Parts: sequence; structure tokens; C-alpha cells
Amino acid sequence: MKLKELTTRKERLTSGHRLCAGCGAGTVVRQILMGTDKPVVVGCSTGCLEVSTTIYPSTAWNTPYIHTAFENVAATISGVEAAYQSLKRQGKLDKEIKFVAFGGDGGTYDIGFQSLSGAMERGHDMVYVCYDNEAYMNTGIQRSSSTPRGAWTTTSAVGKAEPGKKQNRKNLTACIAAHDIPYVAQASPSSWKDLLKKSKKAFDLKGAAFLNVIAPCPRGWRHASDATLEMARLAVETCFWPLYEVEDGEWKLTYKPREKKPLAEWLKLQGRFKHLFKPENEHIVKELQEKVDRDWGKLLKLCGEG
Amino acid sequence: MKDMSKKRIVATTGASTVAEAMRQINPDVVVAYPITPQTAIMENFSQFVANGIVNAEYVTVESEHSSMSACIGSSAAGARVMTATSSQGLALMHEMLYIASGMRLPIVMPNVNRALSAPINIHCDHSDSMGARDAGWIQIYSENAQEAYDNTLQAIRIAEDKRVMLPVMVNLDGFIISHGIEKVEFLEDEKVKNFVGEREPLLPLLDVNNPVTYGPFDGLGGFFMEHKKNQADAMERSREVILEVADEFAKISGRKYGFFEEYMLDDAEVAIVTLNSSAGTTKYVVDELRAKGLPVGLLKLRAFRPFPAKELAEALKHLKAVAVLDRAISPGFTGPLFGEIKSALFDLEKRPRLINFIYGLGGRDYTLHEASKAFETLMDVAKTGKAKKTMDYLGLKEVEVLA
Ligand SMILES: Cc1ncc(C[n+]2csc(CCOP(=O)(O)OP(=O)(O)O)c2C)c(N)n1
Ligand code: SF4
Ligand SMILES: [Mg+2]
Repeated sequence: MKLKELTTRKERLTSGHRLCAGCGAGTVVRQILMGTDKPVVVGCSTGCLEVSTTIYPSTAWNTPYIHTAFENVAATISGVEAAYQSLKRQGKLDKEIKFVAFGGDGGTYDIGFQSLSGAMERGHDMVYVCYDNEAYMNTGIQRSSSTPRGAWTTTSAVGKAEPGKKQNRKNLTACIAAHDIPYVAQASPSSWKDLLKKSKKAFDLKGAAFLNVIAPCPRGWRHASDATLEMARLAVETCFWPLYEVEDGEWKLTYKPREKKPLAEWLKLQGRFKHLFKPENEHIVKELQEKVDRDWGKLLKLCGEG
Repeated sequence: MKDMSKKRIVATTGASTVAEAMRQINPDVVVAYPITPQTAIMENFSQFVANGIVNAEYVTVESEHSSMSACIGSSAAGARVMTATSSQGLALMHEMLYIASGMRLPIVMPNVNRALSAPINIHCDHSDSMGARDAGWIQIYSENAQEAYDNTLQAIRIAEDKRVMLPVMVNLDGFIISHGIEKVEFLEDEKVKNFVGEREPLLPLLDVNNPVTYGPFDGLGGFFMEHKKNQADAMERSREVILEVADEFAKISGRKYGFFEEYMLDDAEVAIVTLNSSAGTTKYVVDELRAKGLPVGLLKLRAFRPFPAKELAEALKHLKAVAVLDRAISPGFTGPLFGEIKSALFDLEKRPRLINFIYGLGGRDYTLHEASKAFETLMDVAKTGKAKKTMDYLGLKEVEVLA
């Protein structure tokens, strides 16, 4: 895939949408949709991406699109895909069409976990993409099970008694890998080539595929709106957000930082972690680093690099 | 193998009757999730899939929330889609019911009426469908297995009519009808096929050359209220469609349907208004009492949404007293049907006296005894012009239950 060639592809998510300046979600969606040149039907769960791209009577979608509710984009797209399989089998339709569901972390890790699990188990020919901005941004930055420990959100407030979110985040990518579906991967818009390869694989294969993509949110993470890709890049370089794939059960690292950066470098640039650098919270930064180290070690082993 | 090209008269359950209607409709997609007493429908359909005699993509989801979500996706994609449910399943779908109707998707769903928890109870009452009263679905009720079959076939035509484009719920009583065995007459496969025709979807998602956006955000600056009015107008238009489809169905089946059925009502002085299977029991008692010379009658409501208020008022206006039977209760109010019948009669110059009986909750028997008691009370109200109680219970056990 050449960059030049990609720039000539038709945009399926057009400009003029109302995502914030520097929103990671829009970039992720555009990169993902470059993974196929076949027609795509897009599903979206309730959240920032959905409200910002379809303000009636306008729409930023140049491709068939459906949003129904918050917790069920996987089930909704299952239904669209089932219709496609049926009509195709009956000879009422002959085009090859791809199906993708976009869900935020709230719509995927939390309230949509069940419908995602169901759709993956049933093996619909679809790609599920979680654009993970690590909180419920659309409703004003509330914690989700993807929010990292220590992060400030409006429902994991910081005060004398509480240092932000108390729990570690859920490893959703591994949860979905445990579904034994053909393809699961973790990606970042800062490594666009890697992301594109993964998206292409996910679209091309038959059956269910899941991609978890980090999508920094300048509003919720409290960083400058021109630092989005830098935030994504540092998440990868610190091994907080490793890039890997699980293809037919085989775990494989797709990128290994030459030198693993200290997690604090990433934390420091985000207002949501500001309080962690006060003396009384230093142990949290240390423990977060230890967790990243532990998880990275485990991942290396799974990928046969340990 | 039976000859499906012929009209068949069989003894079978309501559940397998509905499944047979589904086989003959042959939808593109069927979405299934088990719940008693509905499960029997989907078990039957699963066998049709296994036998390779239906076209449907059969999607066995992980919850009813997902089953309605998948139905919405399939219907928006352009497919003809069906599912079926009961009770907790319908309650779990609640959020999605409004989205199905708001998106104007002609999904057809038999609902095998069952009580809502708590306490958990698997038997018949109408608290499930009454809870979905305002969800924008057309609601049709069926007295017996034959009606469940006939209504399911007609529902496809009503839902998909371009003047309507709304989902339809076909209700039948859990166990009493779904599992009771009755005589049913099935139409020939070919006749059903011609009657239901093919769906001609409007703006399907799978028309990739003409991309459409389903389910946009329509906030303060938008047209939300206009969309809701359009939807309400479509429900209004469904009135004429329900009657037209019924006329057409009568031509192929010989069976006539309308908004409701009147039984010995013309010259009656008192009458019961009810839904679903209790109508059968009530008819029997009407016959008995008529034989004794008592002026009793029955009105069995078929279309609950749209609600035929004008026609009901016309049909009931000559009566001295009417008892509305509710197999559900709205705590703090009365039975839900009672409130609606009462409002339908409000504009009459001379109104019958109205009383409400709550009966059959959680499958409690409604027998000849209960029906006779209701008529007895009604005759008394008609005579004295007064009701001792506006709302009462039928078949309540006289024991102390922990409050
Ligand atoms: C059943 C239900 N519960 C709650 C909401 C309110 N709600 C809408 S979007 C949202 C948060 C979305 O978070 P996420 O999925 O992470 O997407 P983001 O906005 O962060 O992109 C919430 C809580 C809803 N729409 N539906
Ligand atoms: S709040 Fe965050 S996720 Fe939402 S549009 Fe703005 S930047 Fe994007
Ligand atoms: Mg989020």
C-alpha cells in the first residue's frame, strides 16, 4: 500500500463532521476504512463518533450507515450481515459488501460487551472496531472499564480521599482473543501502516474480526489538540498500548519499541494524570509502571519473544 | 410428508401454528432467543432450518436486546425479518422497540403473552405487551391458534404497506393458546406466498450505490417532533390498511377480521370487553346466559394499537353496563384497557356504566365461573345503575398474603 495511492481513495467519512479538533476517533475511522476498497456498511454505537457525524439533516457518511443504540452495534451489524447472507444466498443480491461496527470503549468494554461477545461467537462476517478513548467522552468524560488506573474523570474524581480511578483497566483485546475468532489485533493511528495492514486483513478474511484501536481524546485526556498522534505514539513506545495481532490463535507482536520509554513520559503530557505527580501519589505512577512491565513481559511470552 | 399445496385442517398447538405461518411466510432473516412459552415457536422453526425447507438466515443471538437490534439491522438492510418473544424478553427489548418503530421498520413479532416478574411466573397475562403500549408498534390480539395464524400472515402485509411501515406485534396467550391443542386450518403454501408477496424495501442499507444514514442525531435544531408526528400519522393510516388487508385475507381464507369482534352485542344490555383467549370462555357463558334469556354480549378487541376508539364507542353506546376485563394492572390506576375504553366512551352523550375486572394475572384461571360472576355483577349494575366497586378482581384467592 502506497501512501500516494491511499490519498486517492474515496473518503467514506467526509470532512465537515463535528468531532473536536484533534479528535483521534475521526482519524482512526478514516484509516480503518482505507483497509478495503469494497463497499462497506458502517454501524456505530451511541457516542462521540455517532453524534458528531450524523447531525440531521446532515451526514458525514458517504457509505451506508446505521446507528441504533449504545450497547448493541455488534448485534445491529449482525442483523445487517445476516440480511446480506440471506439475500445473497437467495440470489437477490450479487455485490460483495463488507461490514464494520464502530464502538467507543464504553459501548464496547462495558455496556456493549455482551452483544460484542455474542456477535463474535456467532462468527458474522464483520469487523468490529473499538475506538478506545478510555472514557465515556460523549456524556462528559466518565470512567469506563478502559480508563487507566489513576486517571481523573468526572466519575473518578480527584480529591483528598481519592486519587482518580482506583481500578486497573480491562484487557479487552485478550478477552476477545479468548473467543477464538480468526483475527484480533491492537493498533494505533500513529502507526498507520501497521493499522492499515491489520484493517485489510480483518476485512479480507471470512468471519469475525476485532480491532482495538487507541483514539486519544484531547478533551478528556486534557492534552493539546495537535498532540493526538503524539499521545498515541507514546502509548505505543511506552508499551502501554502494544501493537500485536492474534491470527488463528497465534499471538504475534507487530512492533517492538527499540527502547521502551518510561510510562511517566506519556502520563506527564495529559492533564487527566496531573495529580499523580504530587508526592502523595508517586507510588501510583510506580505501580502503573510495574503493571505495564508485567503485562509487556506476559505479552512477549505469548508472542514467543520472551 | 404432508401435501403443502392443499388446505390442511390439523390439530396442533398455537406455537406450532405460528411457526407454520413463519415457514409459509418464509422470511429472509429469523432471529431467535428462547423464553418460555415462546420457545416452542423457535424450536419448530429451527427444525425447518435444519430440514432445509426455509430461506431464512437463522440468527441465534445472546439476548432479546440483541434479537431486536439484529431485527432492526436486517430490516434496515432490506430483508423481511421476524422474531418472537414473551414477557422478560419483550421487557429487555423495550429500548429497541421504540427504535424499530422510529426507524419505520416493518418487523413482525409474535409475542406469546406471559406475566412479568417479580415474582417470577411463566404463565399468561398481558403485562408484557401492555408495557409496550406506547412503543409505536401495531398490536394485534388473537383469541385462539387459528387467529394467531391468520394475524401473523396479515401482519406482514400491514407492516410493509408503504402507508404504514411500522412494526407489528401479534399477541397470543401463553400456554393457554401457545401450548393448548386446537383445530387449525392452514392455507395452501402457494396462497400464502401470493398473499404476503415480496418485501419492497424503501432505502435499504444494502443499496450501496445509494448510501443512506439510518439513526442520525436529531436534536434541538432538528426535526424530532416532525418525525414523531409522521410516525403517529403512519399509525393513523394503518387503520384503513388493517381493514383492507382483512378484506383481502377473507377472500383467500373465508375468515373475516376487523378491529374487533362483536358477539351477541346488537341487542345486548350488558357486555364484557376483553382481549385474547378469555373471549372464548366468555362466548360460552354468553351462550349459556342467552339460553336463560339474559341480554348479555361480548366485544373482543383485536386491534389495540391503533386503538379503534370511535368504532368502539359506536359498538358499545347502546349498552347499560360494560365490564372491561384486564389481564394486567397498572398499579395506582386500573387495568390499562379499562382506562382506554373509558376514554373512548367519554364523548358519548349517554354512556354505559363501566366496571373493571382484573383477572388471570400470572395465568390464574379464567373459567366459566369467573365469566358468570362478571356477568352477574354487570346485570346488577345495569339494574341499579350503580357499581359497588369500579375495579375488582376475579378469581382472587381469599387468603392472607404477606403484604
Ligand atoms: C442505554 C444507554 N445508557 C446510557 C446512555 C448515555 N450515553 C450515550 S453515549 C455514552 C458514552 C459513550 O462512551 P463511549 O462508548 O466510550 O464513546 P465516546 O463518547 O467516548 O466516543 C453514554 C453513557 C445511552 N445513550 N444509552
Ligand atoms: S470529546 Fe474527545 S472523543 Fe469526543 S469528539 Fe471531542 S476529542 Fe473526540
Ligand atoms: Mg470512549
